[in-house]
Amino acid sequence: MKRLRQKNIRLLVQVIYTIVTNGYVYGYLTGKIYKGKLKYTCVPGLNCYSCPGAVGSCPLGALQSALNGKGFKVPFAALGFLFIFGSIFGRFVCGWLCPFGLLQDLLHKIPVFRKRKQLPFHKVLKYGKYLVLFGLVFVGSAFLFTGYVKVPAFCKFLCPSGTFMGAIPLLGANEGLRSQIGGLFYWKLGVLLCLVLLSVKIYRPFCQYLCPLGAFYGWFNRFSLVQIQWNREGCTSCMACKRACPVNLSPEQISVSAECIKCGQCVEVCPEKCLKIRKNILKKR
Amino acid sequence: MTFWNKISNAFHRIPLWLAGVTVGVLLLAIGIWGEQLEDIYRKAVMICLECIGIG
Repeated sequence: MKRLRQKNIRLLVQVIYTIVTNGYVYGYLTGKIYKGKLKYTCVPGLNCYSCPGAVGSCPLGALQSALNGKGFKVPFAALGFLFIFGSIFGRFVCGWLCPFGLLQDLLHKIPVFRKRKQLPFHKVLKYGKYLVLFGLVFVGSAFLFTGYVKVPAFCKFLCPSGTFMGAIPLLGANEGLRSQIGGLFYWKLGVLLCLVLLSVKIYRPFCQYLCPLGAFYGWFNRFSLVQIQWNREGCTSCMACKRACPVNLSPEQISVSAECIKCGQCVEVCPEKCLKIRKNILKKR
Repeated sequence: MTFWNKISNAFHRIPLWLAGVTVGVLLLAIGIWGEQLEDIYRKAVMICLECIGIG
């Protein structure tokens, strides 16, 4: 009963957060996007700012738009948001506050296929997200041109959140946009469909292998304010936490590893109560 | 204990997450000073054609 309650808390937080940050209902009805002042700020998760309901800006979109400017500009503001969110939450954002993470979680609950935690060659493939971060977000956005204009390479060629949260509702409600659909849209739709299908079988394939935001926040995981703390002395090494961990981490890797999304499933199952989600306000270097 | 040791000890007592937040706030302040929030807003209130796959 307790386990059910704790699992539901995370789902509830994810759903409420997604509704609050994408709650501009008028946008869904008219196919127009929110233009209020909240869009001066970034939200922590991967949340396309072209979603008709989005009330904040996507941190990766903001980062790329600064890199897309004339000449070379350091994206101070976007990096500032990312450092603040990363230092406070780390990848807790992925586990609890990302709308695209919620979609993948829900897809993984569909009771078809035998579920797997990871793809084969996980140890190599997990570095894909760093490749996306450097190749598409930083280098691609700063140096990739179409004609004379720089492009936000990650948003343009890969981001499934843009397709799911931006393109589908906008194209559904806006006939003018629908008439402009071309090959690029079908490419992005294909990427989204692949990830949707994979998510039913594998736990969060986009987060584990491709998400540049997760790669960035992963660097902060070790020392962020929100931590899962492990009491080594009380641990009996029963590995119940590793079996429950959706990304297959052992207790010494939980929270410290860049792969940990701090979902808290290990905390639920630990029979000795050695794992706890805590704020490490007092933890020193 | 020398003056520099005291400074060093005081610095090491700061949790890293707080140092990260401080760096973030500083970067954000520089960004605001450089009017980068305006750029973020300008981009965010237009439909991003690249994001939805028709740009």
